[in-house]
Amino acid sequence: MVIQMNGQPLVVVEGLKGHYVGMFGVVHGVDGVSLTIEEGEGVGLVGESGCGKSTLAQLVTGVTGPMLHYQEGTVQVDGYNVYDIPEETLRTEVLCKRLSYIPQAAMDSLNPVKRITGLLQDVVKERTGRRPTSDEIRRTAGDHFESLGLSRGVLDLYPHELSGGMKQRVVVAISTLWNPKILVVDEPTSALDVSSQKMLIKTLAMLRDRAMVKSMLFITHDIPVARQICESLAVMYCGQLVEVGPVEGVLDAPQHPYTQGLLASIASYEPQQGGQQWLESIPGRPPDMREPPPGCRFHPRCASAEARCAVEEPTEARLADGRSLRCWRYMGGL
Amino acid sequence: MNSGASGTLLEVRELTKVYTSGYLKTTHVVGCQDVSFLLDRGEIVTLLGESGSGKTTVANVVLRLFKPTSGEVILDGKDNFSYPPREYYARVQQIFQDPYGSFNYFYRVDRVLHKAIAFRKQRFSTGDRKQRILEALDIVGLNASEVLGRYPHQLSGGQLQRILMARVLLLEPQLVIADEPTSMIDASSRAGILNHLLGLRERGIAMLFITHDVGQAAYVADRAVVMDTGRVIEQGPADKVLFAPEHTYTQKLLADVPKLHEKWDLSTDHEPTAVPADSQG
Repeated sequence: MVIQMNGQPLVVVEGLKGHYVGMFGVVHGVDGVSLTIEEGEGVGLVGESGCGKSTLAQLVTGVTGPMLHYQEGTVQVDGYNVYDIPEETLRTEVLCKRLSYIPQAAMDSLNPVKRITGLLQDVVKERTGRRPTSDEIRRTAGDHFESLGLSRGVLDLYPHELSGGMKQRVVVAISTLWNPKILVVDEPTSALDVSSQKMLIKTLAMLRDRAMVKSMLFITHDIPVARQICESLAVMYCGQLVEVGPVEGVLDAPQHPYTQGLLASIASYEPQQGGQQWLESIPGRPPDMREPPPGCRFHPRCASAEARCAVEEPTEARLADGRSLRCWRYMGGL
Repeated sequence: MNSGASGTLLEVRELTKVYTSGYLKTTHVVGCQDVSFLLDRGEIVTLLGESGSGKTTVANVVLRLFKPTSGEVILDGKDNFSYPPREYYARVQQIFQDPYGSFNYFYRVDRVLHKAIAFRKQRFSTGDRKQRILEALDIVGLNASEVLGRYPHQLSGGQLQRILMARVLLLEPQLVIADEPTSMIDASSRAGILNHLLGLRERGIAMLFITHDVGQAAYVADRAVVMDTGRVIEQGPADKVLFAPEHTYTQKLLADVPKLHEKWDLSTDHEPTAVPADSQG
């Protein structure tokens, strides 16, 4: 795979905070996240369920939901500060041209009473104001579908005629018709069998290989999947990024106690290593994000927590391989 | 008939289940076809396959939730439908996929544990019952003061699933059917559940572990049965089936599993060659 990272940041997130407000109180879904996605870089965002991964993705797109509120911080997508531009500019310049977002379970949002061509006619009309004929769609979208390994015939099918894996790949193909610079994709593989999962991973790799998409923010709870298509890994815990760095570095030598615990608890299939290591789960349970613990958020479950971890929030430390880490153990020497 | 530590506990013999639906326009769907395998006492056998491969159909017949179309399930030398229900479920118990759906939310979680003890033939004194519950919770790594007296919604999925394991311990069955027991659990708690399942084996309880996750299958199983579209594709010792498979389907399935310390070659259009190329390749 030839992926060029020319060091131009495409997405810059700084000090981003967002919360949900509802009858249940205020849930701090994303609480101070800074992340840079360079041009050509694939970033995998991993963590347990409920740690704020999907919230972060949604905040990056600039479209907050009925209960999700943007609180503070900045998100720059290819030079556009998404919380500082008019809604229409956000729609036409960012969402229509630069950033595509595939939310979780997007494959269930295909219109069940229309063929894929019909859905695409609607999409194009919404985007350009003109409704194309289905022949135009077959011609233009057909090329794109074929280049992603989907047959042209798929365009004339109804969603119920497609398998889950196919639907997901169709959604990916539709979202990348206009070659967005960055693709934000949320748990695309979680409902799929391993073989369809692999097809989808190949499709995503192909997108970047053929320069249809430059960068990707890939959200998953399945770390081995992120390993296959990402150059960087961001580990999220309780609304914050605890460890961000090159994927090999983070997986081969995790430094944050949470990353270490998470990796030690995965029953992954490793024929190269000749069988299984003994697995250990992380004691305790994820904290209530209405009242996150003071200090380091992981300290109640951390085996190497010290007195200061319970009171002071760790600041960011940089390791030699470009990794960033939020843990007091690395604040002194490194 | 075998008794004692080794020997066959469960035999599934040429099991076929065809689901029929509709009255005027009847449709038939094959759930599983000619499935045969053995399960020894105190051993963990994994049924591994993708969705729709018939794993759960087999489990449901073993649990007597469905009658098979043909074939039989033999527990301890007798057909499973020939046992009186109470006696059968004293021997065979299950842990389901969804711990949240396994509890009645109107009652405290203690109730399932007390019911489990009441289900047994032996009668215990109140003190004895309490003692047994505390022991069982301790074995599955739960702190009794954190869970007893609580309602299901106050506990996490991992805690609920472990309470169901404590329940199984109180019943002391010969066989547990665990159908995807970790799929609704947070990633960081999964390992604990798997380790406690291995703990059940230490106590002599055999298990049919149903999963689509090759990593988990390799972690817990002594023997593996790989299924696809209702049929058994390959079976044998887990080390062999999962690390040196013979059948091309198993080879492909295993090659498609993403690995943590191995990166696929995604640049070329042909299949990655983690397995020896088969003849069509």
